[in-house]
Amino acid sequence: MSADITLRKGLTIPMSGIADLNISSADSADNYVIYPSDFHGVVPKMLLKEGETVLQGQPIFYSKANPEIKFVSPVSGTLTKIERGAKRRIMALSITSDGEHKAVVHKLANLDELCAADVRKHLLESGCWPFIKQRPYDVIADPSSTPKAIFISGFNTAPLAADVPFLLSSQKEDFQNGINALAKLAPKVHLSVDASSASFLTEVSNAELHRIKGQHPAGNVGVQVHHIDPVNAGETVWVVGPADVARIGAFFSTGIFDASQMVAVVGPVVKSPTYFKSRIGAAVAPLLKKAGINADGQIRVINGDSLSGAATHADGNLGFYNNTLTVLAEGNRFRMFGWLPFAGSKIFSMSRTSLSWLLPKRTYALDTNMNGEERALVVTGEMEQVLPMDIFPMQLLKECMVQNIEKMEGLGIYEVAPEDFALVDYASTSKIEAQSIIREALDLMIKEVG
Amino acid sequence: MNFIRERIDAIKKPFGKGQKWERFAPAVNAFDTFLFVPNHTTQKGAHIRDGVDLKRTMVTVIIALLPAFIYGVYNTGYQYFIQSGLAFTFWDAMLHGALKIMPMVAVSYGVGLAIEFAFAVYRGHEVNEGYLVTGLLVPMIMPVDIPLWMVGLSVAFAVFIAKEAFGGTGMNILNPALTARAFAFFAYPTYMSGNKVWVSEASNVDGISGETVLGSLAAGNDVSYSMFEMFAGAIPGSIAETSTLWVLVGAAILILTGVGSWRIMVGGVLGAAVTAFLFNLWGANALMSFDWTNHLIVGGFAFGVVFMATDPVSAAQTTKGKWIYGLLVGAFCILIRVFNPAYPEGVMLAILLMNVFAPTIDHYVVEGNIKRRKKRLNATLIPTT
Repeated sequence: MSADITLRKGLTIPMSGIADLNISSADSADNYVIYPSDFHGVVPKMLLKEGETVLQGQPIFYSKANPEIKFVSPVSGTLTKIERGAKRRIMALSITSDGEHKAVVHKLANLDELCAADVRKHLLESGCWPFIKQRPYDVIADPSSTPKAIFISGFNTAPLAADVPFLLSSQKEDFQNGINALAKLAPKVHLSVDASSASFLTEVSNAELHRIKGQHPAGNVGVQVHHIDPVNAGETVWVVGPADVARIGAFFSTGIFDASQMVAVVGPVVKSPTYFKSRIGAAVAPLLKKAGINADGQIRVINGDSLSGAATHADGNLGFYNNTLTVLAEGNRFRMFGWLPFAGSKIFSMSRTSLSWLLPKRTYALDTNMNGEERALVVTGEMEQVLPMDIFPMQLLKECMVQNIEKMEGLGIYEVAPEDFALVDYASTSKIEAQSIIREALDLMIKEVG
Repeated sequence: MNFIRERIDAIKKPFGKGQKWERFAPAVNAFDTFLFVPNHTTQKGAHIRDGVDLKRTMVTVIIALLPAFIYGVYNTGYQYFIQSGLAFTFWDAMLHGALKIMPMVAVSYGVGLAIEFAFAVYRGHEVNEGYLVTGLLVPMIMPVDIPLWMVGLSVAFAVFIAKEAFGGTGMNILNPALTARAFAFFAYPTYMSGNKVWVSEASNVDGISGETVLGSLAAGNDVSYSMFEMFAGAIPGSIAETSTLWVLVGAAILILTGVGSWRIMVGGVLGAAVTAFLFNLWGANALMSFDWTNHLIVGGFAFGVVFMATDPVSAAQTTKGKWIYGLLVGAFCILIRVFNPAYPEGVMLAILLMNVFAPTIDHYVVEGNIKRRKKRLNATLIPTT
């Protein structure tokens, strides 16, 4: 398969602990949790009180800024706890499942007969809307906006990330159905696939297919948007994760909010990394138990990949969006003279100051150690090396830090999401936090420009 | 190892948060982080981080500098013994050189690091590792007989005025090591140029007279060294810049590790080669007709382009900018050599000049990106009817 777009910049991080393409089964605990922090910028307004019963697909809360956007329960049972943090902010909503999966059933006409407004309404009613995100700003799409296109990335290049064609292998029809539904909402739907491997995704109709070749972050939808049809000031595109496209498709064929979620449990400390069929918000403990953890000290459990995922804990729960659960060893240990260059090959580095580059096939058990301390920005060129976009990352980050909105616009703030800068976090010699700088800058743009 | 760790933690206790000596924590941390990479884990953003950090990067540069430095030590002794006609062995030369140069290195690190530590404590940030390289570079580009107090004063000037006044590591416009040299050059010209400063003891012993190749040319004399001698570096000059061979070894380390910008180096060589070649065709004076290949191997050109022009803070920072910057450093170096007899060597001034212009180069490269984006936006705004 030849590539339409070849990206020469980027970095594949050779981490150990990739999942076998097998689906294992694990016990399911009856405790489910929704973390509102998964929905950036959403202030939840509760629809239910503690102790009330809830059906699968029944709204639990809505967005204060946009009451149309509802967030639903992944299971039927009882809303047992609303956990609040500082300033009464809602941190987590615990639902105890009754094990029956009684679901709200929406009566839908055949998808072919629905118009755009109907599709939009059903997505909002069913709780499927939060799966649609928008660029700029990397937040849940504004239902009143009209996107110039919808983008779906059919592959994931982040370290150890779940294999998209494998995730969808039993949901081919749902995926096509989802594309058909989304195609009603925008003039165009773009689907990108990995040019280096063949999959059923190339046969999907109703979407424009792009073959993309390159290292991480080539699989990031933002990078693909940038090369296919970049976002200009004032424009909006929507992006949907591939598994969520299938979820939307399943909803339009059954009328039920499909909360099932396939998860790859991966990481250097996982004994047998593999895939599990689970549900949104399910407890991770049974999955970790089944996959086995092989660590002496503390571990970090991450909803998502090791670059841009959100940390949870061993008795935490799956996030709303992730198909990958990464487990790393905490790197809270000292290394004597660990900064000596060329002293050993066990440290992976993009620069060749470690001899690891002589062993291209080796994989590394990376942990959460910073491998240094924050310093002034000295080294140049390394950010550009991992950002395959026509954007000057260091200059953009500096303008973001000084909150110069005009310059941020000029340098392409509308085209980036924090996850696109995850490798900048990773690669930075000065250990700067690029993702949070970009996130804060996007929040500033939402406030100032809207 | 655990024992050492516990001892350090005990020593660091009064410097901890809320403790008596908290203000001085950066000074203690600087030593601690040299022994141990800290146990800090990622708190936000990416959960994994590359093995590289500033210490690793800077130490790699020092490793790249060492071949030229060691040869410089040897050449200092070699020039002295050859010129004074004494019999000597390799180790005699090394010893003579080391006795001359190590005190300069000690003064440079002592003065520079003292100021850096003071500023780190004053500003409340950790000590940056940038000075590790600057501190070694300064003696490497000085004439061997310069008094130690001048080294100290130049370093103090460079760190205060060129670096900390602009906000410290990462913020400086000029390369600090070259600023130190420029300060000494203009403040004490008799110690920094002429034909009595380039060989150890030249001003004390009558028999010794060491002129640099470029100095001879500027004075209208012939060059008495073969091309190989000039390449290998057995010629008078600043301490560690004479050997193009060992500078190239350093360049290979910098390029292979990805620590130094190959674009600036290649740009610099191209710029100098083309400019010198054009002057060869013109050929109005001795320096103009000095073969372009020789221009590349004499004087501090190779050293400057490999180790000074590539300083990422004072160089251009964009990819395109690095090419332009490199080319202009090379071109200006030859221009200054050829047209200004007061400055036989042009590379120091060429790099400092381009340091000043690097932000301007970057500005236009970045502005190009902004314009492209505006153009794309305007294209979408044109009504389709």
